[in-house]
Formats: sequence, structure tokens, C-alpha cells
Amino acid sequence: MQQPNKLKPFFENLNFEREDNTMVINFGPQHPSAHGQLRLVLELQGEQVVKALPDIGYLHRGVEKMGENMIYNEFLPTTDRLDYIASTSNNYAFAHAVEKLIDIEVPRRAQVIRTMLLELSRIISHLFFLATHALDVGAMSIFLYAFREREYAMDLMEDYCGARLTHSAVRIGGVPLDLPEGWTDSLSKFLDDLPEQIKLYEDLLTENRIWKMRLEDVGIVTPEQALSWGCSGVMLRGSGIEYDIRKEEPYELYGELDFDIPVSDRCDSYGRYRLYMEEMKESIKILRQLIEMYPETEPQLMAHAPRYISAPKEEIMTQNYALMQHFVLVTQGMRPPKGTVYAPTESPKGELGFLIRSEGEPYAYRLKCRAPSFFHTGILQDLLPGTYIADVVTIIGSTNIIFGEVDR
Amino acid sequence: MRKYTPKDNVQKRAKYNDRFWVAPTVPRLEVEEGHFRDVADKMAGSVEVLDIYVEIGQLVIHINPQENLKALETLRDECGYTVCSELSAIDYLARDGEFEIFYQMLNIKERKRVRVITRIAENQAIESIVPLFDMAKFAEREMYDMFGIYVNNHPYLKRIIMPDDWEGHPLRKSYPMQGDEFASWYEVDKIFGKEYRDVIGPENRDQARVDRYDTQRFARVGKEVPFGADPALVDETETPIEYSSAPLADYNAGKHVELDKRK
Repeated sequence: MQQPNKLKPFFENLNFEREDNTMVINFGPQHPSAHGQLRLVLELQGEQVVKALPDIGYLHRGVEKMGENMIYNEFLPTTDRLDYIASTSNNYAFAHAVEKLIDIEVPRRAQVIRTMLLELSRIISHLFFLATHALDVGAMSIFLYAFREREYAMDLMEDYCGARLTHSAVRIGGVPLDLPEGWTDSLSKFLDDLPEQIKLYEDLLTENRIWKMRLEDVGIVTPEQALSWGCSGVMLRGSGIEYDIRKEEPYELYGELDFDIPVSDRCDSYGRYRLYMEEMKESIKILRQLIEMYPETEPQLMAHAPRYISAPKEEIMTQNYALMQHFVLVTQGMRPPKGTVYAPTESPKGELGFLIRSEGEPYAYRLKCRAPSFFHTGILQDLLPGTYIADVVTIIGSTNIIFGEVDR
Repeated sequence: MRKYTPKDNVQKRAKYNDRFWVAPTVPRLEVEEGHFRDVADKMAGSVEVLDIYVEIGQLVIHINPQENLKALETLRDECGYTVCSELSAIDYLARDGEFEIFYQMLNIKERKRVRVITRIAENQAIESIVPLFDMAKFAEREMYDMFGIYVNNHPYLKRIIMPDDWEGHPLRKSYPMQGDEFASWYEVDKIFGKEYRDVIGPENRDQARVDRYDTQRFARVGKEVPFGADPALVDETETPIEYSSAPLADYNAGKHVELDKRK
């Protein structure tokens, strides 16, 4: 403990009592650009970081433990709280893993709606990334513009499922609701407007001298590093490795959709920023195709698998057996077969997968959430040494980590 | 007599079990010709493969715990599994007295995934895979934190999610979901000391609890009293509240909800 006096002021954040001339400072956990609850212990030599130690766990809620103590359907809303910027992608990743485990086919309309929601939440998440990243770097107006568009996208989400952040809009076996009347029209209006807005952001940032100075050659992740650290999503594609689970291991309708995977071999924050912008444009393309697919589908929304999934409401109310099944499934929960499944999906942040070990019980024996941000936080300890303290915030921003899923 | 509850697995269990119901198993397929066959052959050449099969599209290889580093090195260098996307453990202490450790591997070129599984006893340590994959710097710390599995030769094996002075390993089956004795008094013990447990009392986790004598929180809507007033002197008469007479917006007035024009 320091003894504060007039010559030696006391800063609780700083530690001067060291033999060498490095300074240890605490970044976070309540730092506005710590993206939630990241605590970084930085050792500085002048302005240069010589050692960085990410300290996580400030948002730990024991989601995996909860998953082992809840029946499968009960746990689904909890997954909202992992990556709370794009919660549909978590709901989907979990539902997808369980569906693979119990081996059921999801009706096509549900697939269309799910893919729409996934892409919409990708746009929401990328806009959020852009807004906060720009704000961290110092571009305030982008934050306001991007949040405006994000608000419209969240309004669409709200029109569909009633929630803006914690959607729970995907169920194991399908989706609970059909799209409300006129929703696809609202969506296409939104999509018509979004490219203009993206152009606005790009006009403001892409060739902006300050933006380029702050981002170019900052936070360089070499391809070897990216592979070794298990990076995924934009962090991997920003290092020149083309791997997008939507394309390489297609799930839902991604196999039928026509879209490109933008890749950048710049390896720096600027390249990753460009990728986020391009990915939003690809999402618009995907959503446009899905709007056309939607009217051609049959109106069935939930899979027919009486052993695991309740019958539609009309059947429950009219048929005895469906009611009995429903009662058992609600009070006891479904019992998937014994076995292990690992189902990776491409969430806006990267590879989000759930590993579920089932012992034939209504409770998962082990539920492991493979969160992309966990490893993107870990890479900070190798990425930050050698950089200047002013770039630390840029690097944290460009990894696009979210602490709901880092700490789980 | 008190009802017997097993101490080695305190997780939630199904209340009703059909006596004659046997849980089906996910099909475990033989390794067929193709990429997985090559991987299986290469693995058999370098380590002792205890069991190998394909489960839900992914190859599962069971190996001895001493050979984990060698197995992953073979996978990475000879079979092209350059990414270790996840690693963690499963607690089988209650049933088998063992932990199951899995390594989830990804081959980017072939778009294939392999899971390497090994089992260790409770007090056995496992070799770190940090020399092969940097991601283990974080993932093995998490495994140590959550299960208490020691990892040999890890550069910085320290708790990652729980505080450093935590007792117990939360993802073990013997650890209750609500936390143990230590967990429930953690803050009190740390900040005030053990002797203050009686003064402060146990944490109340009932979210719906309303204390009508609490004059410091929002528990007295409609019967407001000055902040922190003595509950003994509080009179329980209704506080007249005037609500705004402006009508609330009726969002369902029109047939279709009018969205923002720009959408």
C-alpha cells in the first residue's frame, strides 16, 4: 500500500513501487471502453505496453452450470444472456445443437425465419461493433448514426418477438411464431435504406485520415497466431484465412443462399473494420433472398417429433395424446438419446458452438459453450505487448469481444 | 430418518423415471473410407487408440492421457487439424471416479472436426498442450478453475473466472448449483470477517420478497414514508398519489400498427 503525501500522490490505479521503471496500471473493469467487464493489467514502459494480463470473470453467472440444472427448453432463454448484442445467434446455436442430438428436421418456414433473424441480428451486432469501436477510437458521430440504424433493426426484432435484446425467438424444433403481417415489407424497407447508411459510415471512416492512422497496422494478428489461438469469425478472416462456418459447414438455409465471404489479408484492425462493413452488405443480400423464399414455404413452424417436441396448440387442445405428451414434455422435459454433440455456428463474433453430453436424462450432463470472445480475449495477452497504450483501446474494440459470453 | 441424498452428484435429477425405459444412444458409426480413415490410420500409427468412431458427423478418438500431446501433434502436423477450437472436461467422478477431457479439433482445409477424448483419475494431472496451441493458455486455466484438474507445464495455471481465493471447483458435480457454505458467505467473510455473519445474516435470494417495514427501498408504493423513517413510528395510511390524467397511448388502436415511415 502506498503512503500518500504531497510529493507522492496516491492513485489507486497506479503502482509506482517497483524497482525497474515500468509502471503497472489497471485497465477496467469499469472502463468505458473495456466492453463490459474486462480488467487488463498492463505493464508499461513509458507509453509502451510490455506485458498485458487480461483478467476476466467479473460477469460470471455460471451459465454452463445452469445448463446442467435445467431442462433443455428451460435453458434456452438463458442463452440470451451470453452474447446479449445478438441473442438470437445464441438461441439458435443451442437449439441447433439439441436438434442435431435428437436428429430432427426443422420445417422450411421455420428455417427461413430463423435465418432471417440470424442475419438481422448479425446486422444489429455489426452496427453495434461499428458504433462502439468508432466511439472508442474517438469518432462520436458514427456512434449516433450507427445506433440510429440499429434501433430500426431492433424495432423489426421487436415486431417479431416482442423483445429487443433478449429475443428467445428460436425454439428447439423451429420457431414459436410466424412473421407478423407486413413484416417482410418493413424488412425490405429497412434493407433498402441500410446500404445508403453503410455508405455514409464508409464515407466518414474508410478514407478518414485519423481513422486510418488509428487503425492501420494496429493489432496485427498473424495467421499462425489466429489459428493457434482458435480465433474465428472476422478475427480469422481478417488474417487472410477464409473460413466461415455458414459457407464451409452450412447449416439452416445457408447452403442454398448466394453470398460471399469477404476476406482481408491485412491482419490489422483496419482490415477487420472493412470486413465488418462488407459482411453487413452480404447480410443484406442474404435477407433479400430470404424475403423471396418466405411466401413459397408451407405454414408449419415446429418440427413434428412427438417424443421431443410438443404438438401444435390446436392439437394439444383437441387431442388427448398430444395433451399428455405436452404435459410430460413441460413437467419433465425431453430426454435426448445418450451421446455427445458439438454443433458449431457462425455467430456475429465468430464460432459459437455448444457441446452437449447427454446421458439420456432431461438435464444435460455437460453443456460447454464454446464462445468466440473467450479466445479473442485471450489473444490480447499476446497482441498487446509492444503496442502503445493509445492503441490498446483500438485493439480491444476491434476484437469485438462481449463479456456475456467470455465469462458465461 | 433423513432422506439420503448422494453427496458426489448434487445436480438436478429427473424426478420420475420409467422403470423399463432404456435411453437410446446416438449411433456410433464405423470409420468409413475417406478423410477420417486416413486420420484414423495416422493416429493408430502414432498413439494407442482405445476407441474410434464417428458420432454426428465428427470423428471421436479415445486415447490414453499420457499421449495427449503426441496425439494432438499428429493431428496438427500430419492430418491438418490446425485449430483446437475447444478443450474442457466432463465430471464422471461420481460414476467412474474419473474426468473425461475432450479436445475439439478443426481441419480448415477439409472442413472436418475431430474430438479427442481421454480420461484421467481425480488426482492425476494432464500435460499442457500450450506448446501446440496458444488457446490452451486460457482454456486450460478455465478447466483448472472449473474442475480442479492440474495441468502440467502450463505457463500460468491460475484461476481465471472465479476469484483467486475461491474454494471448490464450480463445475464439479459435487458442487451445488446455489453454491456451498463458502460461496454464500464469501463477501461477508472477506470484507467484514467471519464474526459478522450473524450481524449481516444470510443472503436473501427471494427476488419477490417485499419487506413492509423496509423504509429505504421501493417496498412501500402507495404508502410512502420519509426515507429511512423508523418503521415503528410509520403510519400505514394510504399516501394519496395523483396519476397524470393524460390518456395512455393505445398502441393497438389501428388495425395495423404503423411503423416508422423509414422502414
